[in-house]
Amino acid sequence: MMTEEERAESRAGWGFVTPALVLIGIFFVIPVLAAFVLSFTDFDIYSIGDFGSTRFVGLKNYHDLFTTPLFWTSLKNTLYFVVLGGPLSVAVSLGAAILVNARMVRFKPFFRSAFFAPWVTTLVAVALVWRYIYHPQYGLINSALSHVGIGPIDWLGDPHWAMPAIVVLSIWKNFGYNMLVFLAGLQSIPAELYEAAALDGAGGWQRFRQITVPMLGPTFVFVGVVTMIASFQIFSEPYIMTQGGPLKSTTTLVLFMYEQGFRWWRLGYSAAIAVILFLLTLMGTAVQFRLQRRSDP
Amino acid sequence: MKIRGRSIALHAMLVVAAFLAAAPLLWMVSASLMRSGEATTSPPPLLPHHVTFEHYRALFTTLSLGRYVLNSVVISLGGTLLAVLIIGMAGYSFAKLRFRGREPVFRGLLAGMVVPAQVAMLPMFILLREMGLINTLFGAMIPVLAPIYGIFLVRQFAQSIPDALLDAARLDGASELRIFRSIVLPTLAPVLATVGVFSFLSAWNDFMWPLIVLSDDAHYTLPVALANLAGEHVQDVELMMGGAAVTVLPVFLAFLFLQRYYIQGIMAGSVKG
Repeated sequence: MMTEEERAESRAGWGFVTPALVLIGIFFVIPVLAAFVLSFTDFDIYSIGDFGSTRFVGLKNYHDLFTTPLFWTSLKNTLYFVVLGGPLSVAVSLGAAILVNARMVRFKPFFRSAFFAPWVTTLVAVALVWRYIYHPQYGLINSALSHVGIGPIDWLGDPHWAMPAIVVLSIWKNFGYNMLVFLAGLQSIPAELYEAAALDGAGGWQRFRQITVPMLGPTFVFVGVVTMIASFQIFSEPYIMTQGGPLKSTTTLVLFMYEQGFRWWRLGYSAAIAVILFLLTLMGTAVQFRLQRRSDP
Repeated sequence: MKIRGRSIALHAMLVVAAFLAAAPLLWMVSASLMRSGEATTSPPPLLPHHVTFEHYRALFTTLSLGRYVLNSVVISLGGTLLAVLIIGMAGYSFAKLRFRGREPVFRGLLAGMVVPAQVAMLPMFILLREMGLINTLFGAMIPVLAPIYGIFLVRQFAQSIPDALLDAARLDGASELRIFRSIVLPTLAPVLATVGVFSFLSAWNDFMWPLIVLSDDAHYTLPVALANLAGEHVQDVELMMGGAAVTVLPVFLAFLFLQRYYIQGIMAGSVKG
């Protein structure tokens, strides 16, 4: 039996979480579940006016998707971005964190803020800036490269370079966040560990391998999962910089989903892409946790 | 001497890296102050020959950027205020109030964090259309109203509120709402500030959802308007850089003045989590 006080507290508890749960329920949980249902229907522009014209079509959307070359291209492009951009971005973040955290560095807060600043900027705006920086003729990058004798590269116009160019923009924009996470991790490693290792004659690289990397284990999982989930969702960069081109070399899953869903109003088909995005994210997260568990002693 | 040399090398690396990080933003501002056509000369100039504000004038007069600034401000500030209140209540309740089903509900929320937001967007569009919320500022602010990471962050912080303090207030006959208002809210102020700056930032910078939900030009947010302008004015580098600078400036200023809340929020959320 609950006492009167306990009952009052329970009522208040539910009362306080209700606004959040209602919002999350209506605008997140139900739509996510509905996306699965939608992916088995032929919901299209006619269904928007009249829900009654929608029919269940079983796995047809998935079948259509798997037989559409552009789906495989967008999947490949997304995985390329995740596999190339993810680890590179984590490496840059860790490098920056180690530099800023070095004992002899002065003005630490200044450098920390300077590296973090790109993260707060608006992606649409900086993607436009980088579009001009990558300009084959007037861009700063080709202008700088011409001084060392590297000929003009059409960064965003060449199917081989467009995705790497987007990866570079994305690393520049995002590395500051993970740098802060790594900094927090580095600062929680006891200094005595390094002192003891130095007394034993361990060099810088050895200390990094034997102390820093293992002690940052949980941080790596956190950073890895967050970075991967975000990478799977890449949309605005190609939308602004390349519109998915050239030759569809930067069409990502979410861009493909957006075009099918909101340009051609094939919402059922588009929902199937959303479901696949969800499954990929889930698989990627599971793999990261599995890898971490195996590397734990 | 060896240590001194290493220190100089280290600082040189840091300065170069900081310059590279800042360069795109510096160039954006610089190019926005150049005369039309100046940025597209060879070799590209780094600084304007003559400083001009004509592009900013054009943006706010003929291109009516002011309206989009206003839309963005309303969505970001309105969304942030609502989010802080909603998240504050939920985070406190999950940390401190005992109610049946609390743990499973919270675990369910955490599990929801791995679901990409885009998965919900198609049905959400249909739903909002039925509710008549397409092309409304409220429709555009929905995704920032109850972010799960915010609830998680507040819950973590609220766990440090001593139970004795709350129980004493209850013995004095204070209602739960009163306790929340006069004891909990002031204690949570730092973490609510953190959640607030993140909500503001994500609302201001968001692109995909406003692009979907706002099809009417009059309701565009700055990023959507900017993307639209970029299609029409692709050759006007200087003008576009002005538009980009206007879009980035508010979040950048907010960061300069409130940076400790960003930094604390990220560092606290990651380590303890």
